[in-house]
Amino acid sequence: MKFGVVVFPGSNCDHDAFYAIGNVLKKPVEFIWHQSEDLANCDAVILPGGFSYGDYLRTGAIARFSPVMKSVEKFAKTGGMVLGICNGFQILCEAGLLPGAMMRNSGLRFICRHVHIRVEQTDTPFTNAAQKGQILKIPIAHSDGNYNCDEATLADLEKNRQVIFRYATPAGSDDSAGNPNGAVRNIAGVCNRERNVAGLMPHPERAVESALGSADGLVIFRSMIEALVGAAKATA
Amino acid sequence: MATASTEIRVTPVIAAEHGITPEEYARIQQILGRDPNITELGIFSVMWSEHCSYKSSKVHLKRLPTRGKLVVQGPGENAGVVDIGDGLVAAFKIESHNHPSYVEPFQGATTGVGGILRDIFTMGARPIAVLDSLRFGEITPGKNTTEEDATKNRRILDGVVRGIGSYGNCFGVPTVGGEVGFEPCYSQNPLVNALALGTAKKEEIFLAKAKGIGNPVIYVGAKTGRDGIHGASLLASAEFTEESKQKRPNVQVGDPFMEKLLLEACLEAMQTGAVVAIQDMGAAGLTCSTMEMASRGGTGIEIDLAKVPQRETGMTPYEIMLSESQERMLLVAEKGREHQVLAVFKKWGLDAVVVGHVTEGGIARINNNGRVAAEIPAHPLAEEGPLYRRPIATPAPRVETEKDWFASAPEGTNLTANFVKLLASPAIASKRWITEQYDTSVRTNTLAGPGASDAAVVRIKDPKTGAVKRALALSTDGNGRWCQLNPRVGAMHAVAEAARNVAASGARPIAATNCLNFGSPEKPEVMWQFSETIDGLAEACNALGTPITGGNVSFYNETLGKSIYPTPVIGVLGILDDASRVLKIAFRTEGDVIVLFDGSSSSVGAQHAAPPQGIQSSALAREFSSSEYSKTIAGIVAGEPPAIDLAAEKRLQDCLVALAAESAVQSAHDISDGGLAVTIAESCFGFVGAGLAPPALGVNVGLDDAASAESALFGERGARAIISVTASKLAAVLNTARQYNVAAREIGQVIRNGSFRIQYKGRAVIDSTIEILRDAWAHSLERTLTTK
Repeated sequence: MKFGVVVFPGSNCDHDAFYAIGNVLKKPVEFIWHQSEDLANCDAVILPGGFSYGDYLRTGAIARFSPVMKSVEKFAKTGGMVLGICNGFQILCEAGLLPGAMMRNSGLRFICRHVHIRVEQTDTPFTNAAQKGQILKIPIAHSDGNYNCDEATLADLEKNRQVIFRYATPAGSDDSAGNPNGAVRNIAGVCNRERNVAGLMPHPERAVESALGSADGLVIFRSMIEALVGAAKATA
Repeated sequence: MATASTEIRVTPVIAAEHGITPEEYARIQQILGRDPNITELGIFSVMWSEHCSYKSSKVHLKRLPTRGKLVVQGPGENAGVVDIGDGLVAAFKIESHNHPSYVEPFQGATTGVGGILRDIFTMGARPIAVLDSLRFGEITPGKNTTEEDATKNRRILDGVVRGIGSYGNCFGVPTVGGEVGFEPCYSQNPLVNALALGTAKKEEIFLAKAKGIGNPVIYVGAKTGRDGIHGASLLASAEFTEESKQKRPNVQVGDPFMEKLLLEACLEAMQTGAVVAIQDMGAAGLTCSTMEMASRGGTGIEIDLAKVPQRETGMTPYEIMLSESQERMLLVAEKGREHQVLAVFKKWGLDAVVVGHVTEGGIARINNNGRVAAEIPAHPLAEEGPLYRRPIATPAPRVETEKDWFASAPEGTNLTANFVKLLASPAIASKRWITEQYDTSVRTNTLAGPGASDAAVVRIKDPKTGAVKRALALSTDGNGRWCQLNPRVGAMHAVAEAARNVAASGARPIAATNCLNFGSPEKPEVMWQFSETIDGLAEACNALGTPITGGNVSFYNETLGKSIYPTPVIGVLGILDDASRVLKIAFRTEGDVIVLFDGSSSSVGAQHAAPPQGIQSSALAREFSSSEYSKTIAGIVAGEPPAIDLAAEKRLQDCLVALAAESAVQSAHDISDGGLAVTIAESCFGFVGAGLAPPALGVNVGLDDAASAESALFGERGARAIISVTASKLAAVLNTARQYNVAAREIGQVIRNGSFRIQYKGRAVIDSTIEILRDAWAHSLERTLTTK
């Protein structure tokens, strides 16, 4: 089992994702340079947070044309597990690997704080170790996390149970009080229809040790590890 | 020497326009043995500007303590460096970007952050934290502030906060702390002081000394444009006038993405072993970096401007040398290995060009298309510039009587209402609306972000293994109002409070950095303030064991002839040997005992012994008149800062560090702005700042000092802190306090029902619910700042 963390110019949570997997969960992990089209036989790919290419045009708009993204697309199309965190989520939307797009936060400001998200689906490789309805305390740090899409896509997302995380109050209610950025229907994270590609705005890699204020993000990485172990067993 | 015929001839008028005095001009002629050409004049003018040369402050700065057993690098390099154990060092420094932030708040603040980050990674250290110390004019209309001023000040604050966030968030460094203050004097001259901290392996620290004759000099990073020409010399080294807004083109423009690439590329290039020296291009750009590298290395340098990557066409040597385009570096590589360095920058998509080489003999020669554009002996330029012992005038003592001072409220005054007003004042209110616009948790090291502990605390991951053992704590402090009333005592308080904050997070204070914000050095009374401040800093840093390792001086903080309060901002760095033992301010459990610690020896064993009534009350009134409460409630700013007892501060700090090591207490919070009542309230609110659901904790506290109720509640005397402790550990904690000769007195209990009650001599003087108090404290800044 091996994780790959893609490094775009301007990625700044690459080290954090690497640390969470390598040091906290003690699983093999390596960096993948954005100009490489070789995913180095990784079994799961993480697109980390940051400001790829400065994000001066539109978040993720340039990164999606990186050489590495061609390989990530191929990997995803063949069922490979891809997780986009924050800027990684934005890139996956731009690349069309996930539906929807990000708008500026409704308050028009960068927000960094711990928020609560509710696990909506557990039949994905990113949430299989979680309980349905489980509340996770995880920090957000973004200017453009206001997820949106057209009505038809939204209906599709709900019908296919692709909304995997929603912003919620600490008590678990998905009303506006729990919504930090104006995202439609409090959507914090979605997966593709095939469920092997997911993105979320909160940073689970920053919530992997109680000393940092929360270890709730671990369940997402543990889910991925379990899924990979399961997949390995199935092919063995 | 050949000069272009199209070049402007240097005349006395042009020299004067460059801020060069006739005496300085004579000195230039002496150094060169001839008249300078226009490029050379430009080079001298920036190098000898107040901002770059410290010509008015140097004679005083010598009095600061700069050595200590942990100090690896003191002032004079890009940043100070201290040993933090296990083969690691911390590089840290604070710098001002005041003038640009007034002219153009967003870009001024971004480039302030960018500049200080470059100073850190130039040393080979990866930046791990940023703190910002900000001062603005009042943001609500009042005594000395019109509606228009308040609106403008809110706009400046908004731009500065967005700028800091925009740069740090993109760069990927957490902005973990700092402070924000408000006084009318900053209305035309806000202060933006940015501090950055980085870590590196001890043997991998880089210095800015050109070495090795023939070694190539490499320019890396952003292209050079016409932006920021004379940013340092004109903007930072002169006071503001009505025309200052026209200086907007002098403000540099920041590109945090470029800086992030530069960071990664520089650290990677350093790992090749082919980098000999490196210097960032900050103030005075290419001029400062070439001249200082050569001067420090005792070598010469020769560069060709035609090779410098340029953003615009037709730039003159003068413009290229003086440009302050951001995100650029100059480095010296080992001859024959330059390709290794160039390859790294190519990988990161950055310009990297060999523009010259290190030469023998100490001459800096700037060529342009085969012609010599400037030829200057580097060392005399960099090190033998003008030094001024500016006239100092002690101001006449302020004549104040009892009438000028805060008079205690009559019996029956609603102190609870005053308390709510104090909690809602911008100085005291929660700064969460600001700090949430900063990424505080990137790099996953933040153990205590804004408001969680008295200091910001970040853990140190071993660069190889990622293992965590120690943490570093940082706090910036400086009370301009107190320094205005008494610069020497005010400066001592700045050091004491920063060190106390660090100790209250559990860390041992080890070193300091300073940013000295003052008015015009050409005013003798400003120089008096400066000199007094230096003496105060020196005394406090010596007493508290925190040598100054670097920083900067910002003079000319005045507009239309009116100076700001003298505002030294001190950043103190501390080490926490066990990263798991951070002390935080929040009360935790019902039933915990609240203990007031007081390091003042006079209190030990004789807490209630009071001086004769008359003397005591007038001394108290004078001291209390400088408090936040006096300013907010009565509009009085007078008297003196609280008397300071550095030995008492040291005892208290040592005691707090010991308690953290023993894991003996539940919470710790020092007493500062707003006094004891605010301290206790913040400990009740602490949970919200940490992002947890607020518990219904409250307090029941009883005070019986001989002073008045108001001074007991809101007095700001130093060397004090509040801790909470589980009842079963109380005896052990009191015992530790005794060992350190710190008076410790039980004053109350953490209770369950969410009420906040303080009695004074048996009478309830504050009686409220946590909810009411928290609402005033938590939301007032947001309400004020989102008012258009």
